[in-house]
Amino acid sequence: MPIKVLVAKPGLDGHDRGAKIVARALRDAGMEVVYTGLHQTPEMIVAAAIQEDVDVIGVSILSGAHMTVFPKIMRLLNEGGGSDIVVIGGGVVQAADVPKLKELGVREIFDADATTQELIDGIERIVREHGRSAARAKLLEAQPAS
Amino acid sequence: MIVTQRRTIPPLLQRDLARAISAVENRHGSFAQAAASLPASARAVPAYVVGITGPPGAGKSTVVDRLIENFRTAGETVAVIAVDPSSPFTGGAVLGDRVRMQRHAGDLGVFIRSMASREAGGGLAPTAQEAIRLVERAGFDVVLVETVGVGQVELEVVSVADTIVVVTVPALGDGVQTIKAGLTEIADVFVVNMADRPGANRTAVDLTHMVRESGRETPVLQTIASEGGGIDALFNALVAARGGGGANAARAVRFEILRAARDRAARAALAQLETPAARDVFNRLAIHEVTRREATDALFELFFPEG
Repeated sequence: MPIKVLVAKPGLDGHDRGAKIVARALRDAGMEVVYTGLHQTPEMIVAAAIQEDVDVIGVSILSGAHMTVFPKIMRLLNEGGGSDIVVIGGGVVQAADVPKLKELGVREIFDADATTQELIDGIERIVREHGRSAARAKLLEAQPAS
Repeated sequence: MIVTQRRTIPPLLQRDLARAISAVENRHGSFAQAAASLPASARAVPAYVVGITGPPGAGKSTVVDRLIENFRTAGETVAVIAVDPSSPFTGGAVLGDRVRMQRHAGDLGVFIRSMASREAGGGLAPTAQEAIRLVERAGFDVVLVETVGVGQVELEVVSVADTIVVVTVPALGDGVQTIKAGLTEIADVFVVNMADRPGANRTAVDLTHMVRESGRETPVLQTIASEGGGIDALFNALVAARGGGGANAARAVRFEILRAARDRAARAALAQLETPAARDVFNRLAIHEVTRREATDALFELFFPEG
């Protein structure tokens, strides 16, 4: 079963060439990639992630707004019942902020220098560790039959 | 101005729905199990399923985006199942239909789900039918099903939709295209989108002639979906078609039964291809002991001994 990833591009940053390159690289690695376009608010990102039931939200962020965007995404995910969806980030994030983001529950921050192969390997490893499909299948079985 | 009460579907139910769709999509457990994970809805009538199909880039997603708005204004909840193609080489897919629909993200009366076509070749996802049944169970009134960009023969949408909209654009070919078999036969409404482009009238006229000459009454509408032009007329045509279409229902059932039969036969054949006898044929083919044609004939005889 293919890994399903939302590639999200929040905020005012008007460039999505990088996000599109990432989307295509993940596709070529056999993943199903939901792409939602530019200028996404945290609300839009979380609504899409929950409706699409993705394994991973990958947030591309180069604008420096990561300390406002990520906390909001994490809070909205919790409120919407999607706290088991893994959040990762990629782009320009100061080293000092990385531990703070991980504290919030962001699983991994990929540097802007990371190759697409590193990204693919990272996502595959994270999903393997997270064991999503088994957890969700169990969740379904636990529902009482009506 | 009369403001219709906009019904919504609670967020946690939307999440459970999303997971139930994943379960059927990835074949974790049966459809019945997935359905049982959702509370039975209080719907008295089945949801209205509208199929939106047509060639790539014709504006299907934009038309869907506009129709969401019209159905919401009429007070109905709307689910979208949007299918994009899977790579036959890697199995990967870029699902990009949401890009055109993101302005509805804050509206709890709208649920949008992208599906990859995976191994299905008919323009839908293999489990699109199940996904439609699940959104219906969650209480959505209207389901808009957007196919992958299709050519002339990917007609699977017939098996799921009550009403089918074929979206096309000007100048994709001459009048002969309109009388070819396939896509043009399944339309309940034709939409010539991007109608501000040259050739829109010609395309609409060609389609109108074809419709008349076939003794049908299929409306041919022109839209500029990016600006909302002509969408009200399309919405009205869809409302008018709702609840009719007994012939469509029969066609849908027939199509689905045939598809199920083909799927089963294909699965049986796939299993046969793994048998030692079949592998032996492939091995002989690999070392040029038999020709491609001889290998095909040998396998055919193996699979269908009765001819």
